[in-house]
Amino acid sequence: MGLLIDIVMSGLINGSILALLAIGFSLIFGVARIVNFAHTAFYMVAAYCIYVVTQLMGWHAVWGMIAAVLVVTLLGMITYRFLINPIREHEGAVLIATIALAMILQEVMSLFFTGTYLSVPALIEGYAVILTVKVFYQQILSFGAALAILAALYFFLMKTKVGLAIRSTAQDREVANLMGINEARVAMLTMGLSVGLAGFAGAVVVPLTVLEPGMWTGPLIMMMAVVVLGGLGSLKGSFIGAYILGFAEALVVFLAPMGAFLKGPVALCIMILVLLMRPEGLFGVSFEEER
Amino acid sequence: MKMRFAVLWSILLAALLVVSMSFPAGAQGAKTIKIGVIGPMKFVQGTGHWNGALMAADEINAKGGIQVGDEKMKIELVQADSNEFNSVTDATNAMERLVTRDKVDFVVGGFRSEAVFPMQDIAMEHKRIFIDCGASHNELCSRVAQNYDKYKYFFRESPFNSSMLARTSFIHLAYVADIMKKELNIPKIKVAVVAEKAMWADAFTKTAEMVVTQQGMELAGIWRPSAVATDVSAELSAIQRSGAHIIFTIFSSSVGIPFARQAGELKIPAVQVGINVEAQKDSFWQATQGKGDYAFTSSTFCRGVENNGNTKAFVEGYVKRFGETPSYTAATYGAIKYGLVPSIEKTGTLDPDKIVAFLENYEHKNADSTIKYMKDSEGKPLHDITWGPGYATGIAVQWQNGKQVGVWPYKWKLTPNSPAVTYKGIVPYKIPPWVIEKYKK
Repeated sequence: MGLLIDIVMSGLINGSILALLAIGFSLIFGVARIVNFAHTAFYMVAAYCIYVVTQLMGWHAVWGMIAAVLVVTLLGMITYRFLINPIREHEGAVLIATIALAMILQEVMSLFFTGTYLSVPALIEGYAVILTVKVFYQQILSFGAALAILAALYFFLMKTKVGLAIRSTAQDREVANLMGINEARVAMLTMGLSVGLAGFAGAVVVPLTVLEPGMWTGPLIMMMAVVVLGGLGSLKGSFIGAYILGFAEALVVFLAPMGAFLKGPVALCIMILVLLMRPEGLFGVSFEEER
Repeated sequence: MKMRFAVLWSILLAALLVVSMSFPAGAQGAKTIKIGVIGPMKFVQGTGHWNGALMAADEINAKGGIQVGDEKMKIELVQADSNEFNSVTDATNAMERLVTRDKVDFVVGGFRSEAVFPMQDIAMEHKRIFIDCGASHNELCSRVAQNYDKYKYFFRESPFNSSMLARTSFIHLAYVADIMKKELNIPKIKVAVVAEKAMWADAFTKTAEMVVTQQGMELAGIWRPSAVATDVSAELSAIQRSGAHIIFTIFSSSVGIPFARQAGELKIPAVQVGINVEAQKDSFWQATQGKGDYAFTSSTFCRGVENNGNTKAFVEGYVKRFGETPSYTAATYGAIKYGLVPSIEKTGTLDPDKIVAFLENYEHKNADSTIKYMKDSEGKPLHDITWGPGYATGIAVQWQNGKQVGVWPYKWKLTPNSPAVTYKGIVPYKIPPWVIEKYKK
């Protein structure tokens, strides 16, 4: 029984962290068909923003979160305007450009902060004991944040005019343009929103991790696995895919402790298996139809 | 006409500038001895390499330099960023540049064994003495015995080899287990082995599995997280359920930070012993947000601990100059000051063969131990350092109330009849209060 509780709790926490990262990535792909490989690099920049505000300036972590989301959103919009937009029609070029951007951001951070491992304080220190399992408050916060983000995004996309414009653009860019929607502006806005979500994910997740300039690569692979598993561009798919992989990771750690390092590869194998059976991912088609 | 002359002069000036820039800086001044310092310069390990070497060079140059025969020569350091954490190719390129373009006379540094092997090959091909101040793989020195003519220019300075590193860690494990037994009346200690997934840790883990039971303890389980795992709360939860009293850590990568931080924050009722390279650094306290208290690790230097008569001056000087405790890669200091310089002065030459012949038999004190180069079972030179009381033993440190203190060797006897060894400045080991609370009857 104890083992089962451990697996459930750990799976929920792992899944929430993955979901937070994957939703923003999925959003920009769904709307603008931009595969932003720099998504987790923005998450890394957000982490360093929080470090600067909390550790170097001595301000509260909430200010760090706000600063991180603002800086990263702005950076994302500038990136779209000057780097992605001019080459947007060439998907391969966008892909390579965003990888290059991620590496540049890594080198810049490395230049300023060196490769020293750093950390930031948790928004809420301490832990709670839930069904005999010790869970950090920060982990509970990430679980709540993942749910809240999904709900807020759903409301934004379904109930607001801007959301309607984003959905229209996602369905058919040319028709949306003919209807008077400034498609480029919508894409830039979505990019800002997507990257802002990466910043927010950074703010929530970073106290649970270690800051270093290469910290974007690990989450990038898992995030890609999540969105491909869930169906590229499907928010619902990303959310569910994140929890599937989160539980897969937990199962590996608890059932095969000697192979705990295999939790990433096992999650990737699950993704491949699902893709072999359903190449569009779990929710690739159904979500397209919903929109 | 005037215009043509101006253009001509400009071209000539530019050509002169290019030519002057093409030659290494040292070639322009007085004769110097060039020492290449190679390491991952954007990381603490590389900074340690450089800072140690810088301190040694400055001290020697302040005294006029090195006496080579009839002339005094100053040391000129050449920095090479090996970037070996990210790319072994970068590391080999950096070594190639040092020996071919910068034409250094000697090289000190190196960190990851995977990178030091090819770096070693390059240095040996060019007959450059290369003193390793970071990699511990046994094979690096076995090569010297196996192919002396080719590899004789390689020496190890720090740390001692992997086998001895493991042996010392098991001594630490027994030491802490004994304290746990006595203070908490635990009849049979249960040990959880947590080793990062890395080549160097594989053999270590297998040995740990045997040694734990040989030492009369029970193995609670083995966990192998990724070396760069950022969340180990699931592993910690499983370890707590296993009822382990001691967590034997085998970490050299970043996983040591989240492990110590999360174990401390979750108040896991088990003490941590073993190797956690991150816990050797001053930055550990910040990196764990102060949750890494009571973490224990093998180490080389600690403020206030004197391994030998040279340690205090070095550690205090280093802290004063660089504001942090030297890492074991700062052994470049000893490699230059106590190894290379006396060898050059005694032989009166820069001839690598003559220096090798002298250095391999030269027993000397560096900043943390007495260096005596070993020979293998057939009497062939290994150029590896001797382990044991009176030679290199290393120390163990523990974080106590936010401060790193030395806790081993403390009344340590290698055999029951050996004299007890306690280095100056070593204090008793402390069991974390939440562990005492859990087990104290």
